[in-house]
Amino acid sequence: MDENLFYWQAVNIALDRAMEEDPDVFVMGEDVGLYGGTYRATENLMAKYGELRVRDTPISENSFTGLGVGAAMTGLRPLIEIMTLNFALLALDSIVNLAAKIPFMSGGQFPVPLTIRMPGGVAKQLGAQHSQRLEHTLMNVPGLRIAVPFTPQDAYGQLRQAIRSNDPIIVLEHDLLYFSKGAVDLDAQAPPMHRAIVRRAGTDITCAAYSLMVAEALAAAETLKESGISMEVIDLRSLSPIDWKCLQQSVEKTHHMIIAEEDSGFAGAGAELAATVQERCFYSLDAPVSRVAGMNIPIPFNAALESAAIPHAADIVVAAKKMLLERSQTS
Amino acid sequence: MDHERLQGFLYDMLLARAFEERAAQEYTQGHIAGFLHLYPGEEAVAVGSIRAAEPSDYIVSTYREHVHALIRDIEPKKIMAELYGKSTGVSRGMGGSMHLFDKERRFMGGYAIVGETFPIAAGIGYSILYRHLPEVVLCYFGDGAVNQGTFHESLNMAALWKLPVLFICENNHYQIGTEIHRHSAVVDVYKRAASYAIPAEQVDGMDVEQVYAHTHSALDRIRAGGGPYLLEFQTYRYRGHSMADPGAYRPPAEVRAFGGQDPILLATRELARHNPPSKSAQASDPAMDVIQQHIDKGFAAGHWQQEDVATMKAQIQQILDEAVAFAQSSPSLSMDDAVYLANQNHAHEVLF
Repeated sequence: MDENLFYWQAVNIALDRAMEEDPDVFVMGEDVGLYGGTYRATENLMAKYGELRVRDTPISENSFTGLGVGAAMTGLRPLIEIMTLNFALLALDSIVNLAAKIPFMSGGQFPVPLTIRMPGGVAKQLGAQHSQRLEHTLMNVPGLRIAVPFTPQDAYGQLRQAIRSNDPIIVLEHDLLYFSKGAVDLDAQAPPMHRAIVRRAGTDITCAAYSLMVAEALAAAETLKESGISMEVIDLRSLSPIDWKCLQQSVEKTHHMIIAEEDSGFAGAGAELAATVQERCFYSLDAPVSRVAGMNIPIPFNAALESAAIPHAADIVVAAKKMLLERSQTS
Repeated sequence: MDHERLQGFLYDMLLARAFEERAAQEYTQGHIAGFLHLYPGEEAVAVGSIRAAEPSDYIVSTYREHVHALIRDIEPKKIMAELYGKSTGVSRGMGGSMHLFDKERRFMGGYAIVGETFPIAAGIGYSILYRHLPEVVLCYFGDGAVNQGTFHESLNMAALWKLPVLFICENNHYQIGTEIHRHSAVVDVYKRAASYAIPAEQVDGMDVEQVYAHTHSALDRIRAGGGPYLLEFQTYRYRGHSMADPGAYRPPAEVRAFGGQDPILLATRELARHNPPSKSAQASDPAMDVIQQHIDKGFAAGHWQQEDVATMKAQIQQILDEAVAFAQSSPSLSMDDAVYLANQNHAHEVLF
């Protein structure tokens, strides 16, 4: 049955159900208990499950994340919340050197069924230190899987899948998505965690995006329609692994591709997407893959400059028109 | 202490020493590559502490962990094969010298980034607490690790939540080449535990009986619900930090004082007077090798004769010969197997 839920509510219900179903699931992080989570994602869980299963931690990101790894090695299924992705920089050793490598280095003896949720991205004037995503840093780590749910439905479904999985999985949420609303069918069979989904079908050009940028891509597609351009919008849903088949099928149809990403474009997620799509689909492409990405500067605090430093629907529109116009001029 | 236990300690220490010397030899001959951090000098710590633990307790170790694994009764040949990178190694040749794992024996890994053992141990401790089990985690670390953030973060959480973790500092006074007075404002590691209200002791880590006794009572206390505890064992490594390190930064007198290998003891002592080892280091008998000390005690108390020791050494020699032969003749994992290993935990999942 469909319910219209906020994204944070979908996360909250996913956690609640996971904990109800499996006594080995516990939640740990800064202010996840009594306070209920800075985005309300863990609201009421402590009252329901007690302190052992919903644990407020000291401000010690590296060690409570590493604690999650140790607990996972002994068969528990920890859900670690890192209050913002920016704090995860302090936990990189636990994520990169412990969670991602122990299953392999131990010769397969110790799976690490750990899920780490964290919000990130450019929100509203949070300053340079709180306005990044860093997915590229995590994508470059073999052994990690990365989900980037955009809709409340995916926030629910992908989180449930992540907790059930025996791999260490990073769920990247976006600060500005928690209060977006959408229909959620809690009992629906979720698509596989890493499958990309075509959110809007089109024939002239493909825009691949993830997380909040899917909203910008969808808005751009609507604008482009007025100019007679049909843009297909793909929600990647996952950044590691990536559903190349979905991208390939779309490019074979539209022959044009734009990638929209919020973080700095240099050595970003889009670089991997562009390189691989060109390797796989070179002869299907009528133009080089184009990236619409954040500028290569720390995000300014100033509101106007902050907004100008990251892509919006209008930028995607411009990029799409430019690509198709150049194509029509040369043909 | 009973005869059998003392004999067991002797055997363990002789095996530990011989294994490491054999590993060094294999390294020098080019059979083993990579980093190789050896344990001679510190044997009493691993032997005394691990023999005081129950099989249901967990061990979390560092990159200098071959001996912890041996004393945990992991077969020497499986450790040697791991040093060789072979598929018969304890971590199937995917871990190497610094990453020995054995799930069955609750040997939860050697870790190569200094300070990683703390959060891993805290997590296992959390798991024990979660399941209300009478188990303890033995968490090993060196004196160099106590200036990492994870030491403080994890001790704080362990104390806060009363996690059943025994923190065991193997204080060999050097973080690679930097002596403890040059890396720590407070050189008595055990004192740092007071910041987190964790009870702690400093113990002579060159005396296996003391190590055993103190570990045993600490484990009892933790098992009874007393929360975490910290033991600092004062010890010394005779070799450099790793095979790549000749250890030239240490005063020769200090090395000899701990090793007791110098035939001219008086001269050594004279030298040591002019160039004294650290105060904490002097706490142990400066004339004696850690194993020789134990052997001599056993002679004096009539626990064994010279022949008994010789017999043990011969047995160990044979075990190590077999271990090396096993490692040499074992196959390597294929790349297909390695790729399968990297993906096996989601083999049942549909990803796309």
